[in-house]
Amino acid sequence: MEALKNISNTEIVISIKDLYKSFGELHVLRGVDLEIFKGENVAVLGKSGTGKSVLIKIITGLLRPDTGEVKVLGQEVAHLKGKELDVLRLRIGFSFQSSALYDSMNIRQNLEFPLVMNKKDLGKAEIKTAVEEVLEAVGLSDKLNQMPSDLSGGQRKRIGIARTLILKPEIMLYDEPTSGLDPITSMEINELIAEVQQKYNTSSIIITHDLTCAKVTANRVAMLLDGKFLKVGPFKEVFSDSDKRIQSFYNYNFTE
Amino acid sequence: MDFFILNTFNKLRLADSIQRKKYVISKGIDPFFSNVFRAYKFVVLYFKEVFKAPFHFREVINQCFEVGLRSLSLITLTGFVTGIVFTKQSRPSLEVFGASSWLPSLISIALVRALGSLVTALICAGKVGSSIGAELGSMRVTEQIDAMEVSAINPFKYLVVTRVTATTLTVPILSLYCGFVGLLGSYLNVHTHEDTSFVAFFENGFETITFLDVFTSVFKSIVFGFTIGIIGCYKGFNATQGTRGVGRAANEAVVLSMFFVFVEEIVIVQVSNWIRNY
Repeated sequence: MEALKNISNTEIVISIKDLYKSFGELHVLRGVDLEIFKGENVAVLGKSGTGKSVLIKIITGLLRPDTGEVKVLGQEVAHLKGKELDVLRLRIGFSFQSSALYDSMNIRQNLEFPLVMNKKDLGKAEIKTAVEEVLEAVGLSDKLNQMPSDLSGGQRKRIGIARTLILKPEIMLYDEPTSGLDPITSMEINELIAEVQQKYNTSSIIITHDLTCAKVTANRVAMLLDGKFLKVGPFKEVFSDSDKRIQSFYNYNFTE
Repeated sequence: MDFFILNTFNKLRLADSIQRKKYVISKGIDPFFSNVFRAYKFVVLYFKEVFKAPFHFREVINQCFEVGLRSLSLITLTGFVTGIVFTKQSRPSLEVFGASSWLPSLISIALVRALGSLVTALICAGKVGSSIGAELGSMRVTEQIDAMEVSAINPFKYLVVTRVTATTLTVPILSLYCGFVGLLGSYLNVHTHEDTSFVAFFENGFETITFLDVFTSVFKSIVFGFTIGIIGCYKGFNATQGTRGVGRAANEAVVLSMFFVFVEEIVIVQVSNWIRNY
């Protein structure tokens, strides 16, 4: 694997084997296999409704798989409950498509909330420092006392990422990080994702249908079609494939 | 032979029609019972979680203020007007029998036994129930509840337990307040007609009130408060289908809360009457 040459570690942090998930008659995932290595960014590409978001919701235990195995940091997610699942979740950061900021809280409270609820031993000064640190990392130190409704879409995405970073996760899951953003803001978010990988040494899954995002942020891309990964590998390798479905996805979405 | 085939065909059609009818009936009934079962599990989960640490006391107090402040002005107005109007309407009937001196007792019994808690519960179902349903519904459809869950925060404990506990604690206090304001309204009317003193009015009013009356009223309000909170939370927490679902959650929270408040009112009054007569 060419892209793996770029990352130093080959330790597997997420392992998905033969994963199936249906909603009634709708068979979304039909035998998904994927491995994510430590320090690696993998972009999952695919059309809307192909089950990309379902995949990362299964990884965090928000949804249960029908069959198959999902191991995160060596633990089978479907077998975890209560506190065990919470401990694992603290090691995973999830950036939502809608940012999912708590709209009754200001930015400071949004960022403090996961720390206050999970790290009871931290003092006020330590929490304040952590908040300032992540705000600086996403470049929004001046927005501390604003409400989420006062921010632009790109700023909300950044705060959403900051809120997950405050718990110092080992794995980051980004759900459509650039959807609904203009090209310049999208590029800023892409750079931020790459920075997060470097600075926090995270392994990430980036769910997107934005090929620029995949190209800029990911070591490998995985093409999800008809509930299965059609091709997994470095960007160039995947899109040099002659498969018509991959080529049409490339031609409709991407101009180099 | 033809008859045999025809008979078999008719039997098959009949079986098919029965099957279809069964399907139509089960199509309506199945979701109803699964909904009832989910609601039951939701209530059981509340009682499991409410006594388990961590206890979010600060959030419970915040929610108590929210519930209280949201409804206080309307409860004050409604309680006061109820007191005045009830006194005005009762006076002519009592005067026919020369019993207008019974007005304080009559109003006290009406307010303490029924009106105070019922009026408060209906106002809270409208104001608080809808607001909880809409707030949690909007949090659900904008993935804020999922965001809590993936941050290892128990959203049921933080959002549902705190709100239901707050309504259960606050509605009884508001009910007592509503009763008191109603009596003030009634006193104003009685005072303008008969120049009765404040102390005499309240002494006369409370003469007929028993411990059972006050206990039943407070107990009823606790049940009403719990009902309003749990229904609002259940509807909001399980909202689906975007903004439309949020509106529906708020609306259903009000309608269901009011329905259950009336049912509980009838049951509790009946039981308290049995106890009184026993």
